[in-house]
Amino acid sequence: MRKLSLFNISKLYEMISDNKQLYLPVDNGAGQAGYKKWEYGMTMSQALNTVRSAKDFFFPQTENLVDFKMNGKNIEIIDTRSEAEDFVLFGVRACDARSFSILDKVFLSDPVDSFYKSRREHGTVITLSCTRPEETCFCTAFGIDPSNPEGDISSWIEDGDIYFEAITDKGAVLMDSFQSILDEADESAVETQKTETRKIMAKLPLADFNLDGFGDAALLEKFNSPKWAELSRTCLGCGTCTFVCPTCQCYDICDFDTGHEVKRFRCWDSCMYSDFTKMAHGNPRVTQMEKFRQRFMHKLVYFPANNNGEYGCVGCGRCLAKCPISMNIAKVAKKLGDN
Amino acid sequence: MQINETSEISKFKPVIVAFCCNWCSYAGADLAGNNRLNYPADVKIIRLPCSCRVNPMFILRAFQKGADGVIICGCHPGDCHYTTGNYYARRRMTILFSMLDYLGIDRGRTRVEWVSAAEGAKFAATMNDFAETVIKLGPNKRLGDLRCRK
Amino acid sequence: MQEIMKQRASVLLQEGKVDRVLGWQAGVFVYDITPSVFTNAEDLDHGFVYNDFCGNNLSKYLVKESRKEGKVAVFLKPCDTYSFNQLIKENRILRDKVYVIGIECGGKADIEKIKADGIRGVTGITGEDDTYIVDTIYGSTQVSKSRVLLERCMNCKSKKHVVYDELIGDDGEVQVTDRFDMVEKLEKMSADERFEFWRGELSRCIRCNACRNVCPACTCEKCVFDNDDSGVAGKASADTFEENMYHIIRAFHVAGRCTDCGECSRVCPQNIPLHLLNRKGIKDINEYFGAFQAGEDCEAISPMTAFTKEDVEPGTLHTKGGN
Repeated sequence: MRKLSLFNISKLYEMISDNKQLYLPVDNGAGQAGYKKWEYGMTMSQALNTVRSAKDFFFPQTENLVDFKMNGKNIEIIDTRSEAEDFVLFGVRACDARSFSILDKVFLSDPVDSFYKSRREHGTVITLSCTRPEETCFCTAFGIDPSNPEGDISSWIEDGDIYFEAITDKGAVLMDSFQSILDEADESAVETQKTETRKIMAKLPLADFNLDGFGDAALLEKFNSPKWAELSRTCLGCGTCTFVCPTCQCYDICDFDTGHEVKRFRCWDSCMYSDFTKMAHGNPRVTQMEKFRQRFMHKLVYFPANNNGEYGCVGCGRCLAKCPISMNIAKVAKKLGDN
Repeated sequence: MQINETSEISKFKPVIVAFCCNWCSYAGADLAGNNRLNYPADVKIIRLPCSCRVNPMFILRAFQKGADGVIICGCHPGDCHYTTGNYYARRRMTILFSMLDYLGIDRGRTRVEWVSAAEGAKFAATMNDFAETVIKLGPNKRLGDLRCRK
Repeated sequence: MQEIMKQRASVLLQEGKVDRVLGWQAGVFVYDITPSVFTNAEDLDHGFVYNDFCGNNLSKYLVKESRKEGKVAVFLKPCDTYSFNQLIKENRILRDKVYVIGIECGGKADIEKIKADGIRGVTGITGEDDTYIVDTIYGSTQVSKSRVLLERCMNCKSKKHVVYDELIGDDGEVQVTDRFDMVEKLEKMSADERFEFWRGELSRCIRCNACRNVCPACTCEKCVFDNDDSGVAGKASADTFEENMYHIIRAFHVAGRCTDCGECSRVCPQNIPLHLLNRKGIKDINEYFGAFQAGEDCEAISPMTAFTKEDVEPGTLHTKGGN
């Protein structure tokens, strides 16, 4: 383990951004945090987490796939992919870090999504531990330890210093590049922080978030539960939850005619939208209740059933904070779990 | 510097979209042509039944696809072929242009002009004036779509 | 207030005057209120809540609820009643299927404003006069109520209920407000400054459509942005143009029908001040076509679907000051 005084953090940012693009959470105009490319003078936000999750960097909201150009009667297919640049994400929290492994299961399984793969290979993730969780946090329910985040390099801020530890080979390579400004450190301060944070997590209102009965255990029982109608009654169908969620991964593919070529691009879609799963024959999920049910069944039942018990939610709490009507996965799980 | 600027300005050929109502302004445009009155070839005329047919989306679409200026021409208020169409258009455009201005889009890029079928000269003069205004403002960058640039 | 409302709702259900009650349901924390339909007194007892975080405008739900079997009672704050009237005027709500109970409102709080000072781990919020006592797992603090009101409550335009079948509490007056101040401030800026301002705000838009879905004026069965045939359908803003377009079109579509309920700004996850766009529309309509408050009554024709022979020309914009 090595450490750096926070007074010198700017130097660290400089050293990293000399070789790679550096992104870190920065306060934006509305007082909330968002990832921005580091420029000299920027400081990391004090907010617990960003509004938009870090999945943007691997799975951007819009991404051009391919272009088509007409040459008389011939269609020219133009591959618009360019070699991605190396980049570093700094200050990613444990919940977002876990979301990457969930997205990997979707995009890196056969057939591999080459766009996602390229970004994943070029990105190095430096995670940061949480010390003052929000009441909306419930990552521990999914086996995530906010005091010991996963990532290529993990970091902890304690008492004016920031401690680093490389977890993966990629992280070790990055850490070597700024090793020179780091000092040796012993782990005691970090261990104390971990213990303290774990105590706080146990005191949070959602600490008793219970996943019994979910997973592939009771698929049909949960699917047919009459409680869905009540839960989804006032859902606006807006899609805010899906867009702030670090694990939601539905996307739509659209064509745009620029006047001189056609650009085929993909963009985030939402199971909450009216045309979700609309197909040539029609739509099997016409009502909002079915769409609403689909979202939570996917995260709590289908995904773990297909992925060895790993849930499709990381407990980051963004949906709790941002839903216009305060509906969220915690309320759904509680209601469905009540017998 | 000065010379380059003016040559850039004179090199800039604006794309102007003119939404013209079939009964008055389009006929006015026709009359201008019959009388051999010059107006810039940069003006692309789109014929509609009435100025009221203009949806704000058309105007934004024109800007998106590369227009530098959009002008809506219709019958004089009180003389609409459909009696009241241009009254609605007048209100609509007032609010829309004000909103575009509020977002920082140059005022000179949009205009409404009432041109009757007998006013060929007015049509040509309006187009000339509008094109000149738009040339001074330069290419539309604020309401353009980068993907539609060549 | 909460108990009186709960009682009244129970009585109405028991007497069979209504079949359902549309109100608010308590959540896990004190501020995560979900609008909910209650069908019996027991549910009301367990879950009904009315506190300073009940900012939701319930009138839009009535578009669907009033078309179901039976009658539905709804609690509407003064600002909500304007939206209700507007929806009646547009034939979106069936008036005789709804029983409106007007309730007093002293302003609703914004949890994000409370948390803006770094307050975290909220376990409870209680209010005494002008102060909230915020309990957190890290300790307790106090915040001044007037500082953490919802954006729209800071310029409350009316405490008057423009429609109700019964009233709990007293009716209020239309207020004199400075709600167009920020709009005027923006108008006085140069065009470049305004462009920078709006780029800064609208570039954060993630196209979640929360503003559209919560807006009582946006009740189209098939929104132009969801309709593939419209040519402008899009789920994401793939270019800065589309970021602007969505909001210009939405503001234009609601112009003349927007009651300034402020829900759009409340629900935006990126805190974009959308009310500034819609208030500009309202201000322009007031200035050019005569003072008009949408939703004040059910009869007045919206200025955008009317005209006079002496309307101003769109060119009047060029005579306005500023840049």
